[in-house]
Amino acid sequence: MRRTHARTPAELVAARPEPEFQLTFDGRPIRGLPGQSIAATLWSAGILTWRTTRVHGRPRGAFCGIGACYDCLATVNGRPNQRACLLPARPGDAITTQEGDGYAALDR
Amino acid sequence: MRQPLDVVIVGAGVVGAACAYYASRSGLSVAVVDRGSVAGGTTGAGEGNLLVSDKLPGPELELALLSASLWRELSEELSSDIEYEIKGGLVVAASEESLTTLSTTAATQRGAGVEAYHVTSDRLRDAEPHLAPHLAGGCHYPQDAQVQPALAAAELLREAGRSGARLCPGEEVVGILRHRDGAVRGVRTARSELRAPVVVNAAGTWGGDLAAMAGVDLPVLPRRGFVLVTEPLPRLIRHKVYAAEYVSDVSSGSAALQTSPVVEGTPSGPVLIGASRERVGFDRTLSVPAIARLAAQAAALFPVLADVRVMRAYHGFRPYLPDHLPAIGPDPRVPGLFHACGHEGAGIGLAPATGLLIADAIAGRQPVLDPGPFAPDRFDTTCHVT
Repeated sequence: MRRTHARTPAELVAARPEPEFQLTFDGRPIRGLPGQSIAATLWSAGILTWRTTRVHGRPRGAFCGIGACYDCLATVNGRPNQRACLLPARPGDAITTQEGDGYAALDR
Repeated sequence: MRQPLDVVIVGAGVVGAACAYYASRSGLSVAVVDRGSVAGGTTGAGEGNLLVSDKLPGPELELALLSASLWRELSEELSSDIEYEIKGGLVVAASEESLTTLSTTAATQRGAGVEAYHVTSDRLRDAEPHLAPHLAGGCHYPQDAQVQPALAAAELLREAGRSGARLCPGEEVVGILRHRDGAVRGVRTARSELRAPVVVNAAGTWGGDLAAMAGVDLPVLPRRGFVLVTEPLPRLIRHKVYAAEYVSDVSSGSAALQTSPVVEGTPSGPVLIGASRERVGFDRTLSVPAIARLAAQAAALFPVLADVRVMRAYHGFRPYLPDHLPAIGPDPRVPGLFHACGHEGAGIGLAPATGLLIADAIAGRQPVLDPGPFAPDRFDTTCHVT
């Protein structure tokens, strides 16, 4: 019997993804693979929170992971309230921590 | 043994709740029955507007002004918060022509006790910084207020309960019990009988069906309205802001779709956008033309909303009577039957005055204002007997 050393999901399913690309989180480069969600790229980079709550400023990240709970909201390319668990990552995407409703700039 | 009932109120919306509150406060033994839940119909689909600004001098405005002072009292008397806020209304006119109409309206309203202040074009954005430029002017109505309608209904019922009122949700009235002489003696529900010498029809948009159970005609029709809810935003909008055309839409008798923008912020962040009106029966289908028009009109009034997303839309059915006035008071055709329904889009605002009028009528007290224009049999063409 052949022993396997699968450790990552990609290895487990013997995936051969297209070449990885770069995107940024709060200006810092992170890596993404074609087909990954924004939340997956953040988790892969060890980032667990990317939003603060409106009233108490508490940290939030992905919770349900399937688009139902709206906890994983992030600002992507300047647009707030994007569900990071559903939105596919694209090369060059600029993800920024969403503070509260993410629309503070409108109130000026 | 339970105390025998004096009054059965059908409907646990805000109007039924206000009737229960004032009736039980005056010592009557009350039960409130509803086939659904508290605020499960039109009350739960409303915005909680307590407006005097959209009413022309006449019986409805008198009712609204009385209600405005009663809501203020209630906000202090009720032990829990109902999100009562006297935020004021700002009516804006896009053209000189509609500004002239608005100013004329405001002048007549002032004569009837409404506070209304002209706002010149250059001062509009002091009141609302995000309003579109180039509007002709507006009018500020500081008495316009709001409550959270479901909370308000629930708290009125809770307070009535403290005075002994019984609440029977999830219990549908299937018949009106009558004595041999025709007078009511209670209601039959799917589960039991509730016997009382007085039955109050506070069934809102379904008030016509309840009247029919008692053998009388009350032509309440549903007038559908949509409300859009945006994603949460900072407090961009301070007042209830609406276009001057709203007033004529409200008083129109047309069945066709009418939309005029009514925009306001909420304490939790989302902006609410109304108001559409159309008579399409109880059709619950989402109308894309209606919500598209609402969104476009709101963005024209507040350009800042153009890039904001709408999270959801909901609808309700306003209980509409042909002359746009509610039916309040005893029904001379059926002794013991009282009506408190047909408030169209103003039911939250008019609820306390309605409840007070009903409680006074049941107790045989002098009414605080002339209930004549609200006579429930005024549409009855079969009894023009001289």
